[in-house]
Amino acid sequence: MAQTRTVSQTAGSTIPVPDKISIELTVNGTATKLAVAPWTSLLDTLRDHLNLTGTKKGCDHGQCGACTVLVNGRRINSCLALAVMQDGAAITTVEGLATGDALHPLQQAFIDHDAFQCGYCTPGQICSGVGLIAEGRAKTPDQIRELMSGNICRCGAYPNIVAAIQQAMNAMGGKS
Amino acid sequence: MIAFQYSRATDVADAIRQVSASPTARFIAGGTNLVDLMKDDVERPSQLIDITRLPLKSVAETGDGGLRIDALVPNTDLAYHPLVESRYPLLASSILSGASQQLRNMATVGGNLMQRTRCAYFYDVETPCNKREPGSGCAALNGLNRGHAILGASNACVATHPSDMCVALAALDAKVNVAGNAGERSIALVDFHRLPGTTPQRDTNLGPAELITSIEIPASRFTQNYSYLKIRDRLSYAFALVAAAAALELDGGRIKTARLALGGVAHKPWRDTAVEASMQGQMANEATFTHAADQLLRDARGLAHNTFKIDLARRAIVRTLTQAANGTPQSQSDKRVL
Repeated sequence: MAQTRTVSQTAGSTIPVPDKISIELTVNGTATKLAVAPWTSLLDTLRDHLNLTGTKKGCDHGQCGACTVLVNGRRINSCLALAVMQDGAAITTVEGLATGDALHPLQQAFIDHDAFQCGYCTPGQICSGVGLIAEGRAKTPDQIRELMSGNICRCGAYPNIVAAIQQAMNAMGGKS
Repeated sequence: MIAFQYSRATDVADAIRQVSASPTARFIAGGTNLVDLMKDDVERPSQLIDITRLPLKSVAETGDGGLRIDALVPNTDLAYHPLVESRYPLLASSILSGASQQLRNMATVGGNLMQRTRCAYFYDVETPCNKREPGSGCAALNGLNRGHAILGASNACVATHPSDMCVALAALDAKVNVAGNAGERSIALVDFHRLPGTTPQRDTNLGPAELITSIEIPASRFTQNYSYLKIRDRLSYAFALVAAAAALELDGGRIKTARLALGGVAHKPWRDTAVEASMQGQMANEATFTHAADQLLRDARGLAHNTFKIDLARRAIVRTLTQAANGTPQSQSDKRVL
């Protein structure tokens, strides 16, 4: 973290601009070393540094869920996570769910149930749904709706999303 | 977002040493609120001190039958912890009523206590806000204040504290353990957050170089007769207009002990032990609950757009106490209010 330049922060004060910080992430099973600025979000790291653009930027404020990924198996909003704080973590994005050409059961269920219209929220919905199934807390449609409330779909595909999650949950026998 | 330095704390003493050396540094754990505020330039720290690697991640029983919850326990883990589910269902229910599962997975107990108001003017750096910029005025006082405080507000600030978890913790007599340069101390949860007065920039009574290490809840007493009812503009993933936490110990039809706290109505979780004491020995019925609601709201004052919250709070209190008395706590997934 050598300090080389300064930038003006507030009137009359400057802080040294930190160099990028080296971190290692395991992204979709591949160990990846990269250097990030302290303020770079995990979302921007995935999209702009690793070219994994499946994860979408919606609100960028943790209000829409489009950026949902799994960190060490748990779903989070990658827009509010600083990449530098994820050093050593295992990240799964929508690109990492299929096995070869075989779709993840929830990806297949989204197709079977036509669980999207424009598709922009879909990667976040699917990663969130995979996290929900792994948690094992939602059994009923009410519970699925409640625990998926962090993923907004402005096309209103909610009934089909709930149906897709139910199908995948049954197909997977409650296992992730 | 402005440029900032990043460092990791190795232990609690190191965290306190680092923050003491840099008054404009901030601790970061889950980051769900702080990073958001930094994106909007509301928070402009010179340095973030990452405390997520500190060993503050366990939930343990205390010697007197209570529970100690370390500051870095994620909200989800706490809500689903077997001892919380079985002994403190009011706390579990309150946590699950807030935010989304993604946010609860990231957010920590300490961060939940430290989260800042969601007043839209606090977030909008183009408007005056005494909390964000002391002395600049309050845009909410005569602005769009539909969600704002009805109790304990001042002309300097009418913001509300957004936490659900803290409302249950207030009702459960929790205390907050903190560490600082002068050593460790405990603060009652009800004294942890402040009323705005003339210094709304101070949300809490935490010192400038103090770190929350854990919270403690006394031995469980409210496993049957409790409820957490949150009223909001949509059924999930929204902040409270009014929330009520109620817990009762009953002897036949009479109240032995009552606990009652409100969220979404003030700059801090709102609890009045005199009102609770006045319920003691009374019948657990609508007349008692209505009287308690009137007492708790006796000093409530509406602004131009939020007077409805006084009626809403009164009805929410009666409903929540009724749910508690009947042993039918509000479900946080089935949204029907029974």
